[in-house]
Amino acid sequence: MTAAPVLRLAAITKRFGPLTANDAISLDLAKGEVIALLGENGAGKTTLMNILFGHYVADEGTVEAFGKTLPPGDPRAALDAGVGMVHQHFTLADNMSVLENIVLGTEPLFAPRLRRKQARDRIRKLASDFGLQVDPDRQVANLTVGERQRVEILKALYRDARILILDEPTAVLTPLETDALFATLRKLVADGMSVIFISHKLHEVLAISDRVVVLRGGKVVGERRTSGATRGELASLMVGQDIERPAIAPPVTGAALLSLRAASTRAPDLRTQLASIDLDLNTGEIAGIAGVSGNGQAALSGVLSGTVPVVSGTFEIAGRPVSIWTPSASLASGIARIPEDRHAVGAIGDMSVMENVISEQYRTRRFSRTGLMDWHAARTFAEEVIRDYDVRCPGPDARIRLLSGGNMQKLILGRALDPEPAIILANQPTRGLDVGAIAYVHKRLLEARARGAAILLISEDLDELLTLSDRVLVMSEGRLSPPSMRGERSVREIGELMAGRGEVLPSPRSRGEGARRADEGRHHAP
Amino acid sequence: MRLEPKPAPSLAVTLLYPAGAILATILIASLLVLAAGANPFSVFGLVLKGAAGSQFALVETLTRATPLIFTGLAVAVAFRARLWNIGAEAQLYAGAVITVVLGTGALPLPAPILLPLLAIAAAIAGALLLLGPAVLKVRFGVDEVVTTLLLNFIMLLFVSMLLEGVLKDPMGLGWPKSQSLIAEARLPRIIGNRRLHYGFVLALACSAAVWFVMKKTALGYEMRAVGHNAQAARFAGMPVNAILFKTALLSGGLAALAGFSEVAGLKGNLTLDLSPGFGYSGIVVAMLAMLNPLGVVVAAIFVAGVFVGADAMSRSAGVPSYIANVMVATALLTMVTAIMLSRYRVRWR
Repeated sequence: MTAAPVLRLAAITKRFGPLTANDAISLDLAKGEVIALLGENGAGKTTLMNILFGHYVADEGTVEAFGKTLPPGDPRAALDAGVGMVHQHFTLADNMSVLENIVLGTEPLFAPRLRRKQARDRIRKLASDFGLQVDPDRQVANLTVGERQRVEILKALYRDARILILDEPTAVLTPLETDALFATLRKLVADGMSVIFISHKLHEVLAISDRVVVLRGGKVVGERRTSGATRGELASLMVGQDIERPAIAPPVTGAALLSLRAASTRAPDLRTQLASIDLDLNTGEIAGIAGVSGNGQAALSGVLSGTVPVVSGTFEIAGRPVSIWTPSASLASGIARIPEDRHAVGAIGDMSVMENVISEQYRTRRFSRTGLMDWHAARTFAEEVIRDYDVRCPGPDARIRLLSGGNMQKLILGRALDPEPAIILANQPTRGLDVGAIAYVHKRLLEARARGAAILLISEDLDELLTLSDRVLVMSEGRLSPPSMRGERSVREIGELMAGRGEVLPSPRSRGEGARRADEGRHHAP
Repeated sequence: MRLEPKPAPSLAVTLLYPAGAILATILIASLLVLAAGANPFSVFGLVLKGAAGSQFALVETLTRATPLIFTGLAVAVAFRARLWNIGAEAQLYAGAVITVVLGTGALPLPAPILLPLLAIAAAIAGALLLLGPAVLKVRFGVDEVVTTLLLNFIMLLFVSMLLEGVLKDPMGLGWPKSQSLIAEARLPRIIGNRRLHYGFVLALACSAAVWFVMKKTALGYEMRAVGHNAQAARFAGMPVNAILFKTALLSGGLAALAGFSEVAGLKGNLTLDLSPGFGYSGIVVAMLAMLNPLGVVVAAIFVAGVFVGADAMSRSAGVPSYIANVMVATALLTMVTAIMLSRYRVRWR
């Protein structure tokens, strides 16, 4: 690719107070090229893209698109120059149709009907050309996450974007949806689109990009042609050290600590309910739930967290049936919860680190007596968690909102794992985290397992699930498959169960021989 | 124009925002004074003199500030937990009604017993009045802004009914007013014959108590947590509904103490003009104080000073005292703007 670059970032520097988020970053993007921007949380990827798109103004450096310098701090100019951005958190209006969302901002509010029809036709054509199937007249509120992302991409295409920036686009997608997204990207690239793809996930980066640019600490630390790069090389560039792969000892399985029998839920705010599931959580064991998001994981996680009651079947903890079931009852029964959405559910953004770490325990004698808070004890505990869990933050008084995703998760982990809980619910514990933080979370979960905790891991990351879980169950439409021990089912078999419309496959023990043999070197299946 | 979030500023910088808001308020009010054909410097000089220029003026200001401290605290407590109590006016009247019902001879007790009893009874009445909207909010998702606001009008009409009926003073020459409190039910005055009464001391004590509750107790921690993120608070095992009910009881009780203090300390009886909107001004006071219970005292004295000073000014300068209402309303708007500016940086292009 020798032609002039379609996009050129020249020596971009951006400082936030004492922190240099971007340090003289330069980057060229050629026509029809896919660059993957790889880096840990806080490496400066999102800052750089926000500068490119005009959300932030760089302290130094310029952005050039198609040979013309973009005025700093002007998203409109970036849009007009043909730069489209798909944010990690979508920017769609739920109460409007797909069509309205796409044309929003491109034409006067009171457009005549004829223009609507033209717009609809154009969207249909773009959708069919690039494999972005979505009905223009559906309301966005009723769309799945994958469909919403397609609308975001259509929005950019509708504005004639020639450069597409995708910020962590696969973080919210199922494997199938990810494949569809990649197919779309390949079609777009064949059509001359240039793409910047921001991701943590190495295998995706290797699958889709032509070139990988690695950021660390606000600087470009490496640039590789994807064809010549290896996973290990990129990972060590990104974290600056070799990733520690947790060594998995065989489980020392004990009694069932928590058991559900024919358990069903009927929570009004959930789309998929549990439909008569059986599940045992045993001491010293990680049980993993695989499945496409939205198949009842929220209900299961709610049952363990105390927010969703079991309406039929039995629910026992340590052999005793559960009666009154609330979040505080769940905590009192020794269940530690790592929620799926750490921003909305796991943390109170505008309160301090100190106030957040005690939120589940403030009523205990450790932190309050006769209704009076012991802030001294709270501060000591916060300092302990910050030290023991390697949380990078200014101190116990920092607002938790200012922490990066990985550090916030470490803090939540520290809160959940003290004092050593008997049962741990980890719902998407590493979503959106960088490689270093993921390894850290895994290490802590395995430590808890080693000391005998019963762990339920719900994750959409199959790699993670298969690495950590001693037993895997697949969730589909509110039902659970029979369990398979580590290595018994192949990824393909699990994939079939994930997609399987409720039918139960024959017992995995009779089918998993090949997979088991293949994995014998790594695992010690009982 | 765009907004970018800013990290939390230091205390000194935080205090600059209300100061800036008040300065902006005075500038805007100056334009109106000019429009009324007067000299802003002399008008605001007179306002200042009328509010704090003599012992008499100062005492008047503090007397006027007393109910505002109560209603300001009531609003600050509720808003902290995101319970939008716009009904401090109604709760104030509920407290006043109870004070009159029990304090006009129904309970023949000595003052040291009767006064605390009246205060507690008044607080309970106000607390229960706000509990209704809180229950509707928690159980059925009814917007408490609407219910508490509308209760103000219901309460005012209810008091009007009482004053024309069962509570009407038979010796009142037909005026819609209640009987006067017995001597044992009157709050004593602080300085000789000046109008300032021990309701002011009670208000200061309440401000300190609310500060203590918010800062040092588990309930205060819970209220702040629920206000910042109710979903996360619920997930962490906090009894969110119970916390909202406790907040409602505390807030309603504080607002009702304003009614008790006005009747027992100042007026001695109940009329329909007991409160010239103290409940609503409480919202301004709480916002000016940025919901800080100690700041409420300062903000209440400022707002009271504007009203008292403007009254005195209008008598000598001929500018209508309505300028005070304009100033207080403007102060609310500038303060809300200042709070936004304290959290976000504005970028102009």
